[in-house]
Amino acid sequence: MYQVVDKQTIGPNLTQYEIMAPRIARARKCGQFVIVRPFAHSERIPLTVADTNPGKGTITLIVQTVGKTTLEMSQIEKGGAFQDVAGPLGMPSHIEKFGTVVVIGGGLGTAVIYPQAIALKEVGNKIVTIIGARTKDLLIMQDLLAKLSDQLIMTTDDGSSGKKGLVTHALQELIDDPNSRVDAVYCAGPVIMMKAVAQVTKPHNIPTIVSLNPVMVDGTGMCGGCRVTVGGKTKFACVDGPEFDGHQVDYDELMDRLTTYKPQEKNSLDQFKSHTCKCGRH
Amino acid sequence: MTETKDDLNRKLTPKERLAIERQQMPQRDGAERARDFNEVNLGLAEKIAIREAKRCLQCKNAKCIEGCPVNIDIPAFITKISEGDFLGAAAVIRKDNNLPAVTGRVCPQEVQCECRCLRCKSDSPVAIGWLERFVADYEMKHRTGKLEVTAAKTGKKVACIGSGPAGITCAGELAKMGHDVTIFEAFHKAGGVLVYGIPEFRLPKAIVQREIDNLQELGVKIETNVIVGRTLTIPQLFEEEGFDAVFIANGAGLPTFMNVPGENFKGVYSANEYLTRVNLMGAYQFPKFDTPVIKGNRVCVVGGGNTAMDAVRTSKRLGAAESTIVYRRALEQMPARVEEVHHAQEEGIRFEMLTAPVEVLGNGDGWVKGLRCIRMELGEPDESGRRRPVPVKGSEFNIECDLVIVAIGINANPLLTQATPGLKVNKWGYIEADENLMTSLPGVFAGGDIVRGAATVILAMGDGKTAARNIDKYLAGK
Repeated sequence: MYQVVDKQTIGPNLTQYEIMAPRIARARKCGQFVIVRPFAHSERIPLTVADTNPGKGTITLIVQTVGKTTLEMSQIEKGGAFQDVAGPLGMPSHIEKFGTVVVIGGGLGTAVIYPQAIALKEVGNKIVTIIGARTKDLLIMQDLLAKLSDQLIMTTDDGSSGKKGLVTHALQELIDDPNSRVDAVYCAGPVIMMKAVAQVTKPHNIPTIVSLNPVMVDGTGMCGGCRVTVGGKTKFACVDGPEFDGHQVDYDELMDRLTTYKPQEKNSLDQFKSHTCKCGRH
Repeated sequence: MTETKDDLNRKLTPKERLAIERQQMPQRDGAERARDFNEVNLGLAEKIAIREAKRCLQCKNAKCIEGCPVNIDIPAFITKISEGDFLGAAAVIRKDNNLPAVTGRVCPQEVQCECRCLRCKSDSPVAIGWLERFVADYEMKHRTGKLEVTAAKTGKKVACIGSGPAGITCAGELAKMGHDVTIFEAFHKAGGVLVYGIPEFRLPKAIVQREIDNLQELGVKIETNVIVGRTLTIPQLFEEEGFDAVFIANGAGLPTFMNVPGENFKGVYSANEYLTRVNLMGAYQFPKFDTPVIKGNRVCVVGGGNTAMDAVRTSKRLGAAESTIVYRRALEQMPARVEEVHHAQEEGIRFEMLTAPVEVLGNGDGWVKGLRCIRMELGEPDESGRRRPVPVKGSEFNIECDLVIVAIGINANPLLTQATPGLKVNKWGYIEADENLMTSLPGVFAGGDIVRGAATVILAMGDGKTAARNIDKYLAGK
């Protein structure tokens, strides 16, 4: 069992967990993820490690409640424990000195780009961060990113905070601004957003790295469920990724594959909501 | 045929032995069992086992022993059965095989021990596998007392990476020699392919669990959720965790896909994924267990090995109206165990032989709607000695289906090897090991599928045993 050392609500349906997992905390590099199984009957779900505290032996995970597993998980309180946490998995982020790097986080993707921004900063890049969400409450980690970034731009679809519009608009403005440089882009968030970002950077040949989130089971390359097409070749996101060249990814296929279990996910969530605490497991 | 107790106990002449026909394994009706996950074979009754045991001619130069990868003294354990001493029989097997309840169920006896049986020439071989299973099941029910390690503690620490058949066997042997053994398992549950791969109806998970419990009784520690190469590295095991030797048995890993158009449509699985969802994650009990699986109404499974049989028979149990094996060679050339093929046939599985997929067809909405195939014919023998399948021009046709499961083999998983400097691998990424199963790194041994490529449970167990013996020698010389 993996103890929940701390738990914070950081937004609507957004929870930050600090989990005791000393070996993972020590081994984990930026860009890697863990597989969590909150209960013995749960699915194995992949979650990016947003931060670690190797001295204390803990890792930080940020979870958005989207389905049955994450909803049930959100009922585990500080002092409780997750059944299983395995990792760190995936290839570490490719970090090099580009000059000025724009890191873009959409919604929960912000938890993915935060450690990348730290690592990119450490090797001497100037960091311009763009974070976007539908509305103000869904923007996360602003304070941390404001401190870290040379410039922080926030966008919301409804204009409730920062600029009204999409992250791609802010990115396009930076690219078009003769006083700004964009030497590389790191991006994580909804697939549709990553696709749009890659479309913006492609004409300018700006290296663009995206972090993908396909369906996974084991996370060690064994099942192939997370396969994505990159540059016309099949790759396993869990062992070859999760980060790939954003200009090579077949986003439409990924979006489609992500809908595979939609009916089952809905059924599972509905059943859970309709008889929470009557099923004898709590 | 009625027998008195005296008949059974009397020593038989060879002629009398030869007169006994091979006994039948009681099994559940095909149509009934194809709807649930309970075991197919029911096991031999004591009397039947004794009668089968009496068929053994007790050859002086018993070829069956040579056919067994772990060289069980087969005539000796069969004699014990014929005498009614079932626990004695178990003791004979246990000298060479720690997992008889598993191998009695999953070994391909027809190409190992049984095909060497002298009786193959006259009628049919002694049912060595069924007798092994009988003894193991009897032992489980009737054994009293705990397993104990009698050897003195050596104070040496050994890490086994992977808890499949090779890892379990090696760990058990080393523990019996007095070493302090820890198994590291990447999944949340120990057992490897025995729990994620082989379905309940062929190998009940309670049996695997019993074997894992036995190991823990011997003092073996099991740490789950540890991916060596990621969570910990092999250098760390030596330098920081204080291990004196390591045995790598993490299995082969990456599934092979067909590399045909349409393979990433929704409704195409690797057999690994499909079986892991169902067996390890309990998807057949969704939504009681949270992991879903696409069940499919018309299912095509591509491949002819045991994994393909497991997948196709699982699909039937999940409610498919039609489940089909698509295999590019002929039925006789399928690498699957003969018994599994028979069982599949009895359960109404269709076999499209000499057929190779050329494309997965989509329904326009991202889902599979069929498999485009081409007929094959057998040409000249290839390097495996089997006649090579050659496509028949213009013979393309479609099989309608909504689920495709690819079971055509696996590649070496690079996770551990990439993270282990100095560990030599061959051009396919499998670990190179010498005849003692030592790798290019001193004190690091390897066995099972990560050395052999996809093989069998018993060969992996054989490696586990060999490695344990050599690790023990290595530690004694340190």
